[in-house]
Amino acid sequence: MKLLKNLVGWVDDRFPLMDTWKEHLSEYYAPKNFNFWYFFGSLALLVLVIQIVSGIFLTMSYKPDALLAFASVEFIMRDVQWGWLLRYVHSTGASMFFIVVYLHIFRGMMYGSYRKPRELLWLIGVAIYLALMAEAFMGYLLPWGQMSFWGAQVIVNLFSSVPFVGNELSVLIRGDFVISDATLNRFFALHVIAIPLVLAGLVFVHLIALHAVGSNNPDGIEIKKHKDANGIPLDGIPFHPYYTVKDIVGTVGFLIVFCAVMFFAPDMGGYFIEANNFVPANPMQTPAHIAPVWYFTPYYAILRAVPPMFGSQFPGVVAMGVGAVAILFLPWLDRGAVKSIRYRGPIYKMFLASFVISFIGLGYLGMLPVTPIYTLISQVLSVVYFAFFILMPWYTKIDKCKPEPDRVTFK
Amino acid sequence: MSDNVDRSKRRLLLAATSAAGGVAAAGMATPFVLSFMPSERAKAAGAPVEVDISAIQPGEMKVVEWQGKPVWVVRRTPEMLDLLTKHEEELTDPASSVPQQPDYCNNANRSIKPEIMVAIGICTHLGCSPSYRPEVAPADLGANWGGGWFCPCHGSRFDLAARVYKGSPAPTNLIIPPHQYLSDTTLLIGEDKTTGAA
Amino acid sequence: MNAINKLWMLVLLLAVPMLASASDAGLHLDKAPGDLGDKASLQRGAKFFTSNCLACHSAAYMRYNRLADIGMSLEEIKAMLPEGAKPGSTMSAAMDAASAKMAFGVAPPDLSVVSRVRGTDWLYTYFRSFYVDSKSASGVNNLVFPSVAMPNVLGYMQGDQELDHATGKLKLVTPGAMSTAEFDATIADLVNYLDFMGEPAKLVRYKLGYIVIGFLFLLLILSYALKKEFWKDVH
Repeated sequence: MKLLKNLVGWVDDRFPLMDTWKEHLSEYYAPKNFNFWYFFGSLALLVLVIQIVSGIFLTMSYKPDALLAFASVEFIMRDVQWGWLLRYVHSTGASMFFIVVYLHIFRGMMYGSYRKPRELLWLIGVAIYLALMAEAFMGYLLPWGQMSFWGAQVIVNLFSSVPFVGNELSVLIRGDFVISDATLNRFFALHVIAIPLVLAGLVFVHLIALHAVGSNNPDGIEIKKHKDANGIPLDGIPFHPYYTVKDIVGTVGFLIVFCAVMFFAPDMGGYFIEANNFVPANPMQTPAHIAPVWYFTPYYAILRAVPPMFGSQFPGVVAMGVGAVAILFLPWLDRGAVKSIRYRGPIYKMFLASFVISFIGLGYLGMLPVTPIYTLISQVLSVVYFAFFILMPWYTKIDKCKPEPDRVTFK
Repeated sequence: MSDNVDRSKRRLLLAATSAAGGVAAAGMATPFVLSFMPSERAKAAGAPVEVDISAIQPGEMKVVEWQGKPVWVVRRTPEMLDLLTKHEEELTDPASSVPQQPDYCNNANRSIKPEIMVAIGICTHLGCSPSYRPEVAPADLGANWGGGWFCPCHGSRFDLAARVYKGSPAPTNLIIPPHQYLSDTTLLIGEDKTTGAA
Repeated sequence: MNAINKLWMLVLLLAVPMLASASDAGLHLDKAPGDLGDKASLQRGAKFFTSNCLACHSAAYMRYNRLADIGMSLEEIKAMLPEGAKPGSTMSAAMDAASAKMAFGVAPPDLSVVSRVRGTDWLYTYFRSFYVDSKSASGVNNLVFPSVAMPNVLGYMQGDQELDHATGKLKLVTPGAMSTAEFDATIADLVNYLDFMGEPAKLVRYKLGYIVIGFLFLLLILSYALKKEFWKDVH
């Protein structure tokens, strides 16, 4: 014990170890009324770690070469000791990452976590989400199956609809005229090094920003308004040990769900791992039906809902892009008198509900083949999706809010 | 913090959760660590190798690959075998007391059949593969050289029973892999009657 | 928001993939009666596969010695090896790909992961859905895989079926070497084996899953008790 104390003292003279510990854990005061939805932040961090560790181990046996990639994945699945587990951790983790992040984002929307003073925190979060999409998209090419190939082919071709430079742009991204070995190799580099570095950096900044402004809570009120004589928020509790022990419960609960998927349904009926991806990539033959992985389908449905204009697919691409980054503008669109859904009026609740329905509905439609009726439904849902954002300054202002409490509600 | 906290209960729960969490962490780490072990492909490539020794002429060496390593098979002449007993005082371990060979090769010739020598061609010093120098007393190796292997990396010398000469950087004799005769002319390297698959 | 609402939203979000898979209904497929726990069935399937399918198809990612997972001894595995193969060799086709392409127009696909591409129900139905069709080049056609390039190599076992165009159903017109029940059982074994071969880890996966999740539940109880104990401080 004394030895440990001496060691910590030695380090502390040279590095702010105890200060860091205090500032971010033992003396970081979080509101005491966090509910279920507040698990997803720490869970997102957990999945990031899971993905990085399993990814490092997969890299040791994977071959980023068009001639070898598919076989190397099967090599991992069969010949590498426990390789199947490593791969399923990573593939399950990819989908779980999006489930957790979508719930985390939704939490922020419900409780107004993007409102002042947390705008920058929110922007960093959106940047993480975009980086995550890029990471997932490039990672999906690596198994080099039919869905990898044609999914990448379709998405990269979207860039060719950009006016004037589109064709050159898509060739630049691919490094070839179709998805090829060159594309696979560069996507591998970006997937395993470049984007993970960006992600790690953004997550770090996200946490620093969070701890500078302090956590929001389900009541959407600032706990810093009421402090005791020592300057400690009255409704705050130290993150460690209270939220560390609570997050351990969340982590274990999450791991149970994670393992249930990983051990009993890693394909998730074809939505986490698609059946056609067990056919090696074949540039000569497109599968009968291709759809992106489930976490991209809401935006894919928006893309397909927009008809070509002026002989170009570009408006659809723009709509898809705007749809993906729309949440970026929330801090400046929301004019509500309160932050949390608990004290919002019925109009906001109705709009948020219709937003959720449109997002899930679009996600569902994005997996289906195109038919006129599905296209029509997609168009309606896309309008609902964008209406949530475009009309926000108006409906949040006219909505009748309930008075916020002075102190957080805690039973 | 309230005063009526049951410290001992808290400590107990903390210890129990930490212990179970530690087991879980170790369990999670296990498959990751084990993934470093040779793959089924590596094992298949390292499976026992059959060698047809009928074509090896007296004094000749054949090199076969087993587990990715060179394995030497030499048909020693009676003169070569004769020379083996002549220089034992110059060897580090003439009686092969260090277990670098299966028991059935722990004899004067370090082999099952006296004329057939089998050894893993990797120097016990730093892993280079020594070169075969069967000639007696060549100019570069000196008058005392009775045939054997010479390691080009750091100059270790081995006789034709793959025993190391004194003064070599290599500490021990070369390793004899498990092997057996399937017939008079077929040798199986990597598996013997006692161990099954090695 | 109360707890029920929260759970309901979570269920909604997680239910999206389920909804989608329910809509994938197309052609009617018979349920494959596979059981990966039935080692005898898997072994019969393995023997059928190596002695029939490997004539034209390969299973390039499957090693013979992996059959030990379904309870075959090294001697049994050695007995089924083709000339020149070792227990650690992967399964290659007896026919080379080029001449197979000459014969059938397409190279017979590798079957290592075919069960993951098609699903076991599809395979089980496919093998039993060949029928005589004078319009096709090979003289046969298949209900679930129209104009399939593969000839009906198992026809001598099953006999000849004809398609009743009115009902869309197949009926046996010439009996083969096996009764329908025997043939169906043989195909069931084969499909069971293909399921195993598509993912040999499946045998371990389920067993390990129960242990891991069971242990995590223990950890959940402990950590929940710990959380409750600490949160007594918070008022």
